[in-house]
Formats: sequence, C-alpha cells, structure tokens
Amino acid sequence: MAKQDGQPSALLAGVQIRKSYGPVEVLHGVDFDVRPGEVHALLGENGAGKSTLVKALSGLVTPTDGQILVDGSQVSFKSVADAEDAGIILIHQEFNLAELRTVEENIFLGRERRRGPFLDKAAMRTEARALLDQLNCSAPATAQVASLAVADKQMVEIAKAMSRQARVLFLDEPTAVLTKAETASLFALVRRLKAEGVGIVFISHKLDEVAEIADRITVLRDGAWVTTVDAQGVTPDDMARMMVGRELSDFYPDMPEPLPDALLEVDSVVAPGVRRASFNLHKGEVLGFAGLQGAGRTALMEALIGLHPKQSGTVKLGEAAQHFHSVAQSKAARIAYLTKDRKGKGLLLGNDLIWNFSLFALDKFAKPFIDRKAERRAYEAAAQSVDLRAASPKLTAGSLSGGNQQKLLLAKVLEADPQIIIIDEPTRGIDVGAKAQIYGFIADLAAQGRGVIVLSSELPEVIGLSHRVVVMHDGHVTGCLSGPDINEETIMRYASGLVSDQAA
Amino acid sequence: MSETTAQGAEQSKWARIDWKMLGPVAALVALLILGSFLNENFLSAGNLLNILTRSAFIGIIAIGATFVISSGGIDLSVGSMAAFTAGVMIMLMNWMLGMTDMIWLIVMVGVLAGAFIGTTAGWINGILITRGGIEAFIVTLGTMGIYRSLVTYLADGGTLSLDREVRALYRPVYYGDVLGLPIPVLLFALAAVIGWVVLNNTAFGRHVQSVGANEDVARYSAINTNRIKVYAFMIQGACVALATIVYVPRLGSASATTGVLWELEAIAAVIIGGTLLKGGYGRIGGTIAGALILTLIGNILNLTDLISNYLNGAVQGVIIIAAVFLQRGLGRKS
Repeated sequence: MAKQDGQPSALLAGVQIRKSYGPVEVLHGVDFDVRPGEVHALLGENGAGKSTLVKALSGLVTPTDGQILVDGSQVSFKSVADAEDAGIILIHQEFNLAELRTVEENIFLGRERRRGPFLDKAAMRTEARALLDQLNCSAPATAQVASLAVADKQMVEIAKAMSRQARVLFLDEPTAVLTKAETASLFALVRRLKAEGVGIVFISHKLDEVAEIADRITVLRDGAWVTTVDAQGVTPDDMARMMVGRELSDFYPDMPEPLPDALLEVDSVVAPGVRRASFNLHKGEVLGFAGLQGAGRTALMEALIGLHPKQSGTVKLGEAAQHFHSVAQSKAARIAYLTKDRKGKGLLLGNDLIWNFSLFALDKFAKPFIDRKAERRAYEAAAQSVDLRAASPKLTAGSLSGGNQQKLLLAKVLEADPQIIIIDEPTRGIDVGAKAQIYGFIADLAAQGRGVIVLSSELPEVIGLSHRVVVMHDGHVTGCLSGPDINEETIMRYASGLVSDQAA
Repeated sequence: MSETTAQGAEQSKWARIDWKMLGPVAALVALLILGSFLNENFLSAGNLLNILTRSAFIGIIAIGATFVISSGGIDLSVGSMAAFTAGVMIMLMNWMLGMTDMIWLIVMVGVLAGAFIGTTAGWINGILITRGGIEAFIVTLGTMGIYRSLVTYLADGGTLSLDREVRALYRPVYYGDVLGLPIPVLLFALAAVIGWVVLNNTAFGRHVQSVGANEDVARYSAINTNRIKVYAFMIQGACVALATIVYVPRLGSASATTGVLWELEAIAAVIIGGTLLKGGYGRIGGTIAGALILTLIGNILNLTDLISNYLNGAVQGVIIIAAVFLQRGLGRKS
C-alpha cells in the first residue's frame, strides 16, 4: 500500500480535528486515518488527547472543528449509533456492558434478532456461540456478564462489535486487564480481523505490545499531532521518546538500602481470600508483591487495613499487636492503602479535586468546621508535590487522565501522613511519563523512612522497584525473594505454585 | 460527565454560580411575582408569614430528607412517623394530667418524648438498613405502614385529642411569635441554618454526600459508612420530631390521616431544590426554596380563580418534573 495516498484508501479519517471544552481547547487540529487491514497504534501520555480524538471519531463527542471522512466522503456523527451504523465501533477501557444481563443479550443489545414481534432467542444463541468460539472464548452465552472474568468481558465486547460488522475497531487499552495468554489470543484475533480488512486503532501504554502488533504509529502530545510513522523498526524506547519528547534516562530510580527497624510484622494471617500469609516490612523498604490474579494479594492488604478483618493470625506494628476492624483504625495507625480500582473505589468521579483530595484526611481540616482555605492550600501544595496537572481544582476527578487520577489518589492518601503505604497496581492504565514519576514518588517515600508495599501484575515493575519481593499463590505466601532471586523466572515459579518456601 | 464538568474550569464569575441552587430560587421569585400580579394581598406581611408558617412542617422534614437523600437513601416513613409521634405525645400528656398539676412539666415531657420517639424511629430505620442490609426504600415502606397502623390502633380508628388545659399552654409553640416572627418560622429557620452548616461545613456533611456518591470510595477513605447512614436517618427522625412538636399544638389532635403524603411533599421539596435523588449531592438552600415553592403554589391557587384549587397536586407535579428537567438540561448543555 502506497504510504502517501492518504485519504482515498482510508476507511476513516479525521482531518484537522479540534475539540474545545468551554474555553479550553484540548485537541489542536489533529490528522488521523485508519486504512483497511491495518493496526494503527495511537500513542501519547495522559492528557495528550488520545481519548478525546477517539471520542470524536467514534461519535461520542462532536468535534468543534475539522472533518470526519468515511470512505473519503464527509460525515458528521450525531451519536455513537451513527458511528456504529457506519461500522465504527469503540471498545472502551471500562466496558460498556449490562452487567446483570446475559452474554448473548449483551451481544445483541439494541439489535435483537426477531421473528415477527418476538425475540428469536435460538438464533441469537447460536450466533453468539459462533462468535464466542471464533474468539476462543469459553464463556457460556447464557452466563450473566457480572459473573465473567475481566478477560471474558472483553471478549464479549469484541463479539458485540463483530456482530455489528465492524469496519473500524477502536481498542482502548484492551490488554490492561489481560494476562499474557489472554493478550496472545486477543492479538491472534486482531490479526484475523486485519486479514478480513478491518481497520484497527490500538491504544495502549504497553509499548512492547504496540511494537508487536502495530503497522503504523501516530503520536500525540499535549493535544497536538506529533508524528505518524511506519511501525517497522520502531522500538519501545523510540516510542517512549516520541511521546515524552525527551530521553527517558533511568526508568527505575535508585533507592537507598532499607533500615533494619521492622515497621510491620504479619504472621500466619487468615482472611477472606487469604489462606495463610506471613511477611514483614522494614523502614525505608519497598516490598514488592507478585502473584497471579486471585492469588490473594489484594485480599491480604484489604484484611490488613481492616476492610475485611482477618480471622486469625497476628499483625504487629512495631511492638504492638493490632487488630483493625475498620479503615479508620488502620488510618489512625498510619497505614494507607491505594486501591487498584481507582474509578470504582478510589475516587469520587463526580466530585471535584479538592473534595477528593481531603476526603481521607478530612479531620485535619474540620475542627469542627471545614477550613476551606487551609484545605485549598494543602491541595495546592500536594498537587504541586505530586505534579498533578489540572486546569482547576473545581474539575471533577472523573475528567482527569489515568495518571493524574493516580497522582490525586496518592496525594489524598499521603495527606494523612501514613508510615506504611500500600499501593495496588501503581501504574495500571498510566502512560510512561507519569509512570516514571510514580516510581520516583515511591522511591522518595522509602527514602523518607516509610515502608512501601507495591502490588503489581507487571513483573518488570516489581523487579525494578523492590528491595524484596513477596510472592503469593492461591492465598498463600509461597516465598520472599531478595537479591539475585528477584527475576522473572524465579518469581513465576513461586507465583504458579511450583515451588514454595512455606510449610503447608 | 467529564464533558460537562470540564467547563467548570472557567475562571469567570458566571462559572462559579451554582446553577442548581439558582434554579429553585429563580422559580421562587417568579412565583412571588406571579402571585403579586394575581392578588394585591399576596405580598402582605400577613400572607407571607402565613406561607412561611405553612411551609415549616414540610420544610423541617425536608431538611432531614436532604441528609437521607444525599447519603443515597430515601425515607418514606416520615409522614406516618409524624402521626405516630404526635399520637404518643398526646396520649402521654393526657395520661400525665392525672398525676401532676404542673402543666408546663407535662408539655415539657411531651416535647422531650416527641424528640425521643422521632429520633429513635429514625435510628431504627437506619439500623434495619445498615445491619439488616435491606434497601432504604423497602425498610421505610415497611415502617411507614407500621407507624400508620399503630396510630390508627392507638386512636381506635378515631382521633386522639389533647386535653384543653394542656393545649392552652402548649398553643404558643404554633401560634406564638417572637418580634412578629411566628415560632414555627423561627424553628424552621434555625433548623435550616444548622442543617446548612452541618451539610456544607463539617466533615460529617462531606461524609454524608461522599457515601451517597460512592459507598465503596467512602469505605476505602476510612469513612464508617454504616454509621453515617444511621446518623442521616436519625437526623431525619429528629427533624420529623421537631415538625411534630410544632404541629401538635396547631390542631391538638392526631388521627389516621395526620401527616398523610408528607413524605412525598418532603421528597418533592428536596428534589425541586436540586438535590440528586440518587445521592451524592445535597443542597439545603434548595430544599428550603423547594418547600416554599410547594406552599406558594397552593397559596396562589387559593387566592385566584384561574385554576381550580383541586388541581393543586397537578400543578405541584408539573413543577417537580419541570424543575428536574430544567436542572438536567442546564447541567448537560455545553
């Protein structure tokens, strides 16, 4: 395919797309096109304008200026339905499924097959099954969506798109919640769709995956188009450089050695989802937690902070044994937990930034009446120290990019001045620039003598950050690795339960 | 949602105005202007104070409802709770007549009992919802029926009347005034100020709205969500008690029809005022405006022949739907 022929061969093209919210322009005349049978990766840091561009091209928002061309002729989408009718389908990062309905009902939602006035359930079931089989998805078509694993939900979304004869498919962070094997089968599917002539727009922060799957790459920075290049020969490092506009020297910061003082000792804790777990944490230490999905890492931490109190075992903070029944108690003992579910459990998306910021440490500002000036000052200081970039503190948390949301959550928790900070998936859905910053903050916290526990599914992250790594499998702590043992292979052996240091 | 709020970033004064708050106030002003055109007596001090006094019951109850609704709950039991509280207060005061000559003591005990019963009833609702894990709608639907039937039973299907002597001393609580302001209006204002301060300027108020916005986030933010919910229902109960304490001297009686549909009027006032029914966002000022609007509609219909007074409920219904429609529209427009 000739590279310069541009619009004529494009399935979908945006020309000089601009979008303003109120007086603020967030997209400054961006060109973007998708050709049949290609995977076009869209890269950019948080707030670079990727989501806005995708929304504009898929009918979710109307561009303030610019043209959208489908097969070379100008169109204007008034709604998502208009775009879907043109075969342009967006699969959200957060799924758009009716959780309480079944898989097949979701696939055909809005375009149910009918026979006369009645639903043709048999036809829908057969068709749904065929679609799911094509995707190597074993979820039953009659299962309730809420009961599915995240990867299966993703497959249902894609099945839904396929049933709509997608010509252009936007995949927004499709692999963020998938395991390696699931990602591989997603990619196999993407290749098949590609062969069928579907144009795919792939948005991801996982640059190695972009290198693997993309044919072309477009980079946005600060709402402006930076470059569109052939993906051949572009390395993840190149991509990172294009996105950030500068060299990323050392991704993982240097960290001083931890102090010998024990901050936290956990012995034989049993809790919902945790069969038996022991570990300890020192001052100034970053302790990594690795394990497969459902290994009990999050469950253990939620037990520690009193969200789901432990059933047995001991937790010692310094010398004193503790038994927390509520988050308020663990907060008072200066332990704080940052959930991985930022949108569902971490932030009030409809409330403004200050409200979210002060919620965890509100007692600091309410004596008994809330001192709004002090609150605002504290917010501004904190926003600066975590480099939270927002036009106004009156914005809602939901309007922030993933990276800024994580920074807000960090600022919120740090305002309570915790001694032990537990961060679950610190960089999920976050771009490289913000990622490096978050790593820097983790290193700073440890350097201040606090203890930091990092739960992550990304092994390079656990390996790059941690002094020691605790590995969990099936509700048990199977090992605590240090020094040269901290490598992918060893961690995986412990995580998969092949080896265990703990007596059963 | 992010689209609509992104404009909040605007630094101009216009952007800082709370449109959701302004809407009900504008509607209130419009109704006042309309009323003054329709009848020259409308803007007289007498009529305005009458409107305020009549708004007091629903207004005070609606202040409590603002807490419950912004915490994500709903309380359908307030009307029958008021009737039950009034019934027990009257029976208690009548019963005490045989024991003491100190009428003021009888009234005092009656008032304290009313406060206790209302707050306890609210606590019971809250405990059933949080400990029992039952939706607020269902729990309060149940207690609504229970209190209503209890007061009918206590009155033996008829009316419980307060003794003449007691009522004479208790009367000023509804009919009296301080510096020309009727006592119900003063209590209404006091409840409004306290409610406003608590909801907007205390950690508890923030917690109430945060629980309503997203209970999980609240729980992860070290908020005892169950306690917050129980407190919100207790505030509701206390407000019902206050309204009942003012109401009892008005008629000096309670029956099966006391307080019927108050719950719907209170919820309507809250919603007209801009509080979100799904929780997370409460506006006491709006609630006050909402309560006044509801009373004004009745008053204006009374003063004119334009629309039959029988259509009062229909006009209120139209206003409720229009208010919410306008608020949503304002929020969504770009």
